[in-house]
Amino acid sequence: MKLDNSAARLESAPTPLTGAAVSNGPHPGSAPPPDGPAPLALEAASGHDNSLVRIETRRLTALFGRNVAIREVSLFVPANTVTAIIGPSGCGKSTFLRCLNRMHELSDGGWTTGAVLLDGEDIYGGGLDPVAVRSRIGMVFQRPTPFPTMSIYENVAAGLRVQNRLTRTNQDEVVEQALRQAALWDEVKDRLHTGATALSGGQQQRLCIARAVAPRPQVLLLDEPTASLDPAGTQRIEELCHELKRQFTIVIVTHNMQQAARVSDYTAFFYLGELIEIDRTTQLFTKPAKEQTEAYLTGRFG
Amino acid sequence: MSARAIRRRAKSVVMTGVVAGLALLAVLPLLFIFGDLIHKGATSIDWNFFVKSPVPAGDTGGGVANAIVGTGIIVGMACLIGLPIGIGAGLFLAEYGNGRLGWLVRFVADVMNGTPSIVIGIFAWTWLVRPVGHFSAMAGGAALAMLMIPMLSRTTEEMVRLVPNSLREAALALGYPRWRTSLAVVARTALAGIVTGALVAVARIAGETAPLLFTALGNLNFSTAVNHPMQTLSLQIYVYATGPFDEWHRLAWAAALVLMGFVLLVSLAARWATRSRYETR
Repeated sequence: MKLDNSAARLESAPTPLTGAAVSNGPHPGSAPPPDGPAPLALEAASGHDNSLVRIETRRLTALFGRNVAIREVSLFVPANTVTAIIGPSGCGKSTFLRCLNRMHELSDGGWTTGAVLLDGEDIYGGGLDPVAVRSRIGMVFQRPTPFPTMSIYENVAAGLRVQNRLTRTNQDEVVEQALRQAALWDEVKDRLHTGATALSGGQQQRLCIARAVAPRPQVLLLDEPTASLDPAGTQRIEELCHELKRQFTIVIVTHNMQQAARVSDYTAFFYLGELIEIDRTTQLFTKPAKEQTEAYLTGRFG
Repeated sequence: MSARAIRRRAKSVVMTGVVAGLALLAVLPLLFIFGDLIHKGATSIDWNFFVKSPVPAGDTGGGVANAIVGTGIIVGMACLIGLPIGIGAGLFLAEYGNGRLGWLVRFVADVMNGTPSIVIGIFAWTWLVRPVGHFSAMAGGAALAMLMIPMLSRTTEEMVRLVPNSLREAALALGYPRWRTSLAVVARTALAGIVTGALVAVARIAGETAPLLFTALGNLNFSTAVNHPMQTLSLQIYVYATGPFDEWHRLAWAAALVLMGFVLLVSLAARWATRSRYETR
């Protein structure tokens, strides 16, 4: 049933689904994006147990004023998977991520064209409030950003409170559950009402993950979440990715190719603002379809 | 030790001595002022000084209760008007002030910051005293608020700008609306700094005299009626110090000591507020 469901969804996609893992170049009788690479073919995704498409971008272009940061990116992100975005500095990885929850437009001069579909609904469509979009998509940043004036408990509850999701009685449970999901509960359960800035960097980052997952978003965006952490902290976050994808769809930007290989089901390679290639991670790392991808993976540039 | 090393060390000692001396010179006036005030004023400070109103000129005894209460009321009124406007303007400048309106507000605040306080006093007299027909404490409070607002808006702006942008983004990404991000996360994080700025502004206006000469005027009797003339410590000092009686001079010194003590206390409170900046709860 699930497969049928996804197939139905895929038929509505603008680009054809092909049997090939990656579809490059024009296809007769279809209208692929003229410049950008074709999106990940959904055949790959359909092998997955829960192969709904959670996010789809259609010719997504992000700009700063007149400068194009990413150009016509079209791809699919299947539900309950981890998709890694890799590429050299300045290739638009983070910008792409920030487009997925309408954070890009908050940057100076930031604006977008194209579409981002969350469960089939364009989040840039007229009817949607960006604030509502952001409450459906959690985000964790490069550096831990706990709110310094709030306790650990208040930090985790912050998103719930602002979204008015819960009564006070439920709140305790949800906070505990979120902290457990972020593998932080045992370390902080005795000091929930102390300041969040007293935690170590790795703990703070897991606190931010707890804060992001507490409101039960559909998608979790991780923007180089381990960039400021030590190896032990990094490992814990990576383990969390495997846990969390059961419940959320994760898109992670990373500088670290090994990390992408370890945590992700799919990997997208960006270069100079364009999506070069997206594929199953094992496929992309072992048999990349594009020369640029191979060059980057083998360390010839970037 | 080589000759050069000795020369270097000597130079270092001399220079350290020079800057230490200059630093001492900088704090010396404060020490002298306090020493003088305590020497000439402390003996006049007793219980009556705080609880009694002035007695008729020529008599001995009496206190400055009217001026202490008056200072409290007028500074209180200034805060009532000035704190919300000044802090609100500062928050606006920091969070939304990149446009033309922000530029204008910032420019006006800077000009007002540099405006002599006596000019503010004349302005308040023109608009708040003359139309009404008599001096009033309210006009004094308004004049002090006008002094306070530009100071507050600029310090608040600076404090709010210190809040890292990553915190704003974290709140927005969590589904906070913009206004709530500004209040619940950004302003709250900058709160200690904002409070410090407010305390410094209070300390500054508490000693102002010029704007009050045209507005609150002064009052030798105890009065809490805000639509009538009211005494403040600064006005009391002005009148007593320039008056002909020794008794008045004595009280002026004591009043100056009390005012100075108040300002010092508020400044210390400001220091304390800054220090506890990153403590939660």
